Amino acid sequence: MELKGKAMRVGLLATALGTTMVAHAAAEALRIGFITTLSTPAGYIGEDIRDAFTLAIGEDGRLGNTPVVLEVEDDGLKPANAKQSADRLVQSGVKLFTGVNFSNVLAAVQPTVMKSGGFYVSVNPGPSVFAGAKCNPNYFVASYQNDAFHEAAGLAANKLGYEKVVILAPNYQAGRDALNGFKRTYEGEVVEEIYTKLNQTDFSVELARIRSAAPDAIYQFHPGGAGINFAKQYDNAGLKESVPMLVPAFSLDAQMVKATGDAAEGVYASALWTTEFDNDASRDFVKRFEEAYGRTPTMYAEQAYDTANLIAAALDAVDGDIEDADAFRAELAKADFKPIRDPFTFGPNQHPIQNYYLTRFEKNADGEIVQTVVERIAENHQDAYAKDCKMD
Amino acid sequence: MILFIEQLLNGLQYGAFLFLLASGLTLVFGIMGVINLTHGTFYMIGAYCGALTVALTGSFFMGLLAAMAGAGLYGLLVESAVVRWLYNRDHLYQVLATLGLILFTNEAVTLIVGRAPIFMNIPDFLSGSVTLFPGLAYPLMRLALIVVGLAVALFLWLLVNHTRFGMLVRAGADDRQMVDALGVNMRWLYMSVFGLGAVLCGLAGVMAAPLLAVEIAMGERILITTFVVIVIGGVGSIRGALVGAMLVGMVDSLGRAYVPQILTALLPYSVADTLAAGLVSASIYVLMAFVLLVRPYGLFPARS
Repeated sequence: MELKGKAMRVGLLATALGTTMVAHAAAEALRIGFITTLSTPAGYIGEDIRDAFTLAIGEDGRLGNTPVVLEVEDDGLKPANAKQSADRLVQSGVKLFTGVNFSNVLAAVQPTVMKSGGFYVSVNPGPSVFAGAKCNPNYFVASYQNDAFHEAAGLAANKLGYEKVVILAPNYQAGRDALNGFKRTYEGEVVEEIYTKLNQTDFSVELARIRSAAPDAIYQFHPGGAGINFAKQYDNAGLKESVPMLVPAFSLDAQMVKATGDAAEGVYASALWTTEFDNDASRDFVKRFEEAYGRTPTMYAEQAYDTANLIAAALDAVDGDIEDADAFRAELAKADFKPIRDPFTFGPNQHPIQNYYLTRFEKNADGEIVQTVVERIAENHQDAYAKDCKMD
Repeated sequence: MILFIEQLLNGLQYGAFLFLLASGLTLVFGIMGVINLTHGTFYMIGAYCGALTVALTGSFFMGLLAAMAGAGLYGLLVESAVVRWLYNRDHLYQVLATLGLILFTNEAVTLIVGRAPIFMNIPDFLSGSVTLFPGLAYPLMRLALIVVGLAVALFLWLLVNHTRFGMLVRAGADDRQMVDALGVNMRWLYMSVFGLGAVLCGLAGVMAAPLLAVEIAMGERILITTFVVIVIGGVGSIRGALVGAMLVGMVDSLGRAYVPQILTALLPYSVADTLAAGLVSASIYVLMAFVLLVRPYGLFPARS
């Protein structure tokens, strides 16, 4: 590992322009490849990931005790762009990567990093392809395996006593995975399985089908703008009162709730973490994030913060030297850090074993809609792919 | 039966929404011969202006005015700053320039308003549902969209068929050079048509905003469908845009509602499932291909 560039100011970290200049300017900081999505409508997620990671680095430019430089690259949600950035960073000697926000982008970045012998620690996606037989000793997922939210939602539906449900998702790989994940743990009857068009904006037809099927509840996965549209139209159609809606947390994150308004009230979500989490580390994180950036952190921000602290602990244990890959790998795998999402350990495929919660969007005393934790629905949950992973 | 009527209404509602967007696009494309990809952007501008004004003033009517004014003014700006210089160029130049404008506008809105989607409430007098007949309650907001769509169709029909402006528009669609040679101020005519299209986009934007996420790039999502509508209807024809919008709205809605059921009844589940999902996604393109096979210039082409 080349050690170039001294600790730099946090403000500079964010600018891609600054990074290359600084790399030559001084010595001794560890460079971290941070490829994420900052443009496109989904860019707010990348901003949260980058900002939370930067928050963990702190004013002194140190992650733990190690001076670091974030090499931030915007992938524009295009796997080809991300692959180019990864190639360039690998060639310039970067050995530690994180930041990617989407599974399809990660699918392009991860193999490049693995081939170079570098490390990748995921802040968000945990696609099934890399979780089972194709797991890799240098690949860690500090967030969740993609199916986990949906499996947790299935368990939540059981617990809430829903006997028949209608489930909906867009017709693409992640949508089909979502519904299969839900069905894996749900014990009641799925009366209808509706696949919507990708990028569909109007859901009136599906809402009419739901009304005529008259289920106990619905489970729907629509990320981003489609998720906002669905929640607003579900409320407008008057269905919210009669048929409860259950979603995975990323169908209604903190930013999306601002755009749905009261339509989100009463919706259930499976989640890893919410701003209402009852522990000091979480309260401290929310406060620091709001002070630094003037907005409520999303779950993506929390995941990035935990990821940063995981990396920090491992770096501290090896004194910031990741040239000895075996030692660094062993320290990462220990996950010996103070997580906000406590408890947190890695399974054999280096994906998290952690708790999942049933949450509900409710108004707090100030009349703001917040995501209240109802109960824990899965304790030390491990993904279904871990058993197929053979590290050698 | 009630479900079927509800799905027909949904189709009508989607068609009315598409018509608001397609009517302007078809005039610009048919009369001025300009491929204008920024059309969806005007719709986004309308939604943003409407939502922000409603947040500021609390009045839906102010939002309505702001949306139409905002989209219209931006339309005029785009016409006079960029599109005007490309009338005589090849379509490729127009596509490049208007595509660039999409990127420019998206970034500009991001800088001004931010990247997170913004919220717009359903106005009080349009919230809730009305019972059309026992067993069928339909959201008022969606009914309003149908009414606005039909009102605009009536307005455009009167405008195009019974006014001097409409006569020039029709003449321009038939033979641009001849109208120009007769001393009609084509620059003024083009600007008006372009502005009118943008105003209608703004109207569509503010009417859709309470039910949709007001976010960057919301216009691009609907743009392709709008082009499908005008190709089916026949480029340059308001009547074509109306028929095309209703056809696309109905085929899309009824397809989403019934194709999966019909196929699962006929075929084994594993086959029907993927086939239905594919057919539903492709239904409007299948419709377009079928229409073009029978009538290569669309249903009601303005020029033959």
